[in-house]
Amino acid sequence: MTHRVVIVGGGTGGTVLANRLVDALGTSLRSGEATVTLVTDSPNHVYKPVFLYVAFGLREVADGVRPVRDLLDRRVELVVDEVVEIDTDRKRLTGRTGRADRGYDTLVLATGSRLVPETVPGLVEGGHWFYSAEGAERLRDALAGFEGGHLVLSVVGVPHMCPPAPIEFVLMADAWFRERGLRDDVELTYTYPIQRAHGIESLAEWATDAFEARDITLRTFVNPDRVDPEAGALHTMEGETLDYDLLVTIPPHAGAELVERSGLGDDGWVAVDHHTLAVEGAEDVYAIGDTADVPTSKAGSVAHYEAGVVASRIASRVRGRTPTATYDGKTVCFVESGLDEATFLEFGYGEVPTVRAASRTLHWSKLGYNESYWLTARGLV
Amino acid sequence: MSETELDADVTVDSRGATCPGPLMDLIGHVRTADAGTVFELLTTDSASKHDVPEWVEKAGHETLGVVDHDDEGYWSIFVRTAR
Repeated sequence: MTHRVVIVGGGTGGTVLANRLVDALGTSLRSGEATVTLVTDSPNHVYKPVFLYVAFGLREVADGVRPVRDLLDRRVELVVDEVVEIDTDRKRLTGRTGRADRGYDTLVLATGSRLVPETVPGLVEGGHWFYSAEGAERLRDALAGFEGGHLVLSVVGVPHMCPPAPIEFVLMADAWFRERGLRDDVELTYTYPIQRAHGIESLAEWATDAFEARDITLRTFVNPDRVDPEAGALHTMEGETLDYDLLVTIPPHAGAELVERSGLGDDGWVAVDHHTLAVEGAEDVYAIGDTADVPTSKAGSVAHYEAGVVASRIASRVRGRTPTATYDGKTVCFVESGLDEATFLEFGYGEVPTVRAASRTLHWSKLGYNESYWLTARGLV
Repeated sequence: MSETELDADVTVDSRGATCPGPLMDLIGHVRTADAGTVFELLTTDSASKHDVPEWVEKAGHETLGVVDHDDEGYWSIFVRTAR
């Protein structure tokens, strides 16, 4: 009897998992004991960290896009279709075009995050962001024409993808405007929803010092309620108003509508065992990456490490062994602190990371990793 | 204040989440709530006992009380929205 593994999602988690799984299953695939199928709604895989650089004209959107097929081992069956329903009782998927219609023995949800700026009135009309290809290109054009005034970077939604990105953005903007001789004409403000500059305490302390040294104003307990694009004003739940000339935001995020529609989790995030990543309340279903509601960051490195754990657990199961691999919350983030230096964080569940001194070496390591990411997606690094 | 006086209209269960999860969960619910709504935020993150009342005061709402569920390792923070 063939064990059918189906992965929904063609981002970092889904792609790494599919490739790791075919490696781990090896002979079981050749003998027909198991199959691995990846279902995704787009033929392209997008490496989103490139978008931060697109905003400053340093990279192109195309640098972060490759066909999923090119990244997948040939032993992985690729189905391009949007899954519209998951029935975990009958263990079946339904696709919009019918191509994804199938049963499964083990299902992995790697459906990621989506942006929902429309949940804050005026944000779509008044705000910019670098979290989508279109948004990053639109912001690049706005920044290129911005020669002075008040630039506000506001973190509207938490949790969001790539937690250090808003800090990176303002530090890069500071260096970028300096390089262009415009820094004296630009006032930079960073806002965050809680009482400090970031959810990760040590990163918050590091950023607070960095902002002070670079004349970037920090505003905390700022939760935007409404944007008035005509007046150039951001109104907050705390009853305050911030005037801006250019508003860059981290928009609110939600998980896939499919997850909510299938009754697997509110807001598209799925409750899982934090160590096995097994979905609570459903049999033979795992969730990884942004989809899995675990107490760490929504970062590509999390999806990557979780994929390795789930690949091992599924391979053990197919071979009739007891799965033993577990996830310890390992998270790794490079953090740009300008245009030519960066720092680095590494932590697990319940750990507060040490923020290392920024250096050029770490900046080049980050750029090097961005290039070698395609090997990560292939399950090699 | 007894627990019977702290009946909530909405319970937000953030147990298991670490900072800033519980506060952000509460803020997300308050965002769409009517004035006068009473929330019970369940949290296992001890920092919430300080962070949440601080935000509540800043935003002009009211912290009604914090109940320590000693044996079960979590706290209930009761909040009433002012607007």
